[in-house]
Amino acid sequence: MTLTRPFGLAAAALALALLYALPAIAPRAVVQDLFGILTLLVLAMNWNMLAGFAGLVSVGQQAFVGIGAYAMFAAIILMGLDPLVGVLIGGLAAAAFAVPMAFFAFRLNGAYFAIGTWVVADIARLGISQWKALGGGTGTSLPKGTAKDMAFVGQIKDMLDVSSAAAADALTYWLMLSLAVAMLVASYVFLRSRMGLGLQAIRDNENAARSVGVDPVKLKALVFLLAAFGTGLCGALAFIQITRVTPDAAFSVIDWTAFVIFITVIGGIGTLPGPIVGVIVFYILQRALADYGTIYLIVLGCLGIVVMLFARRGLWDMFTDRTGIDLMPLTHRPPQGSLPRPKPSRRAA
Amino acid sequence: MAILSLHSVSRSFGALKVTDDVSFELNAGEALGIIGPNGAGKSTLFNLITGNIAPDAGRVFLDGRDVTRLPPMERVRAGIGRSFQIPQPFGNLSVYENLLVAARFGGELGAGEAPAFCMDILSRTGLAAVAEKPSGGLSLLQRKRLELARAMATKPRVILLDEIAGGLTDAECVELVATIRAIHANGTAIIWIEHVLHALNSVVERLMVLNFGRMLMIGAPDQVMASPEVREIYLGIEA
Repeated sequence: MTLTRPFGLAAAALALALLYALPAIAPRAVVQDLFGILTLLVLAMNWNMLAGFAGLVSVGQQAFVGIGAYAMFAAIILMGLDPLVGVLIGGLAAAAFAVPMAFFAFRLNGAYFAIGTWVVADIARLGISQWKALGGGTGTSLPKGTAKDMAFVGQIKDMLDVSSAAAADALTYWLMLSLAVAMLVASYVFLRSRMGLGLQAIRDNENAARSVGVDPVKLKALVFLLAAFGTGLCGALAFIQITRVTPDAAFSVIDWTAFVIFITVIGGIGTLPGPIVGVIVFYILQRALADYGTIYLIVLGCLGIVVMLFARRGLWDMFTDRTGIDLMPLTHRPPQGSLPRPKPSRRAA
Repeated sequence: MAILSLHSVSRSFGALKVTDDVSFELNAGEALGIIGPNGAGKSTLFNLITGNIAPDAGRVFLDGRDVTRLPPMERVRAGIGRSFQIPQPFGNLSVYENLLVAARFGGELGAGEAPAFCMDILSRTGLAAVAEKPSGGLSLLQRKRLELARAMATKPRVILLDEIAGGLTDAECVELVATIRAIHANGTAIIWIEHVLHALNSVVERLMVLNFGRMLMIGAPDQVMASPEVREIYLGIEA
């Protein structure tokens, strides 16, 4: 069963309106918190497209976050551009880096691909730490007043009657929310298309996919490139709010990939609502266990193992199996009236 | 007229020559059977025809066009469909979706025409009742049928069947042979590798014997099976 379309659309529109209205009705700390959640959600949706639908289990997504962030910093500090233009440059730089990365990584499969992407990401971190103009290994900060001078901040400040810093937070929040919505809609449309069907065939069996005319390299490269672009945009946007960048923070495998994998795996890998469920669970755990130091990471790890053992396709898939409710079904159903009618049972006869 | 022809095709893996100077022609609408002991190079020959393996020497022609350098995806679109010896369904997709992928990509059908086309094939292969089931949970016969149906959905002019009757009960085999006969009757050329000889001989017009990668003999099934050399190599019956 899927929820009726008008009801589902109305509920989604209401939730979305509430989320967009948040900077006007909630304290700045809540907006900042939600920005962090949305950042992880966008990263998880990108990783889900790679691992959940294309079978590309990358452990090197932090490369695109880092390159996106550094390209954005370079655009502001070295070229004097507006941070929002810098974000776009960040996305494009990450996509450009994905080309040589794919050239090397696509020669590997499975666990070797995962390790290969991690290695390339670390090479990128070491390379960036040699960039003296952006602080080398110790990193650099955004020039004072960058956020305040960002395009649209003045208008938002007047509209919401808040400080420049709060207006900048509201702008980056809205942009991240829009990126998350765009990712979700674009993923749904893509996966329902001919190419999405081919991508899922590749994930299930690349050899068989080739034998029915699907070009695995072309499709996987396209998804890898698009995911790099989305991850780069997200990384650049995240670091506008952080305002300071270092190679270790921007290329952190824990922050930008390990947590993201955890979110996707417990939420539901290979499902569109999975990362949304996963990020909510992750946020609740993070808040509940914030005072317990390393125990927090141990609990996350144990929960990940339990989900992988007992609900291999995540919490969302378990929910769908038990209730029959699927909010964003990707299944292609046969044309109505083409299926044979079930034979009447003996009892009914 | 030949729809598919191989000219002196050879392939080695290291020092082992698995396909050794094989040449033959398949006429349009013809059914050709391939037999041979395990390790004779039968599946490798299929992989050379479909492009999954590149030959060291020789050429493959489809309708007179040299397809030797074409990748597998383009050969599918050119009209070569195949099934695998061990069924390889897209396990997370439904039976219907398995065919839809093949029809949209290999068959190059549009979103409007592909659904009815797939349902027609599912009906003809006895899979319509399980169209919406995940293909990962099918029985062996159903998976074999799916292999056949998915290959048909690519709209092939030549279909390659790799031991599709292997592992089936006699009753299941009879059902499958009836389906293959119907496909052949529609004018699709077939090359069929099989160990179940009674099934094979009830469909094919010619039989080819491979041994150590070389083509030992090709001809009418009765003539080939009567050959003392074939009986000794393949059936282990001394002349």
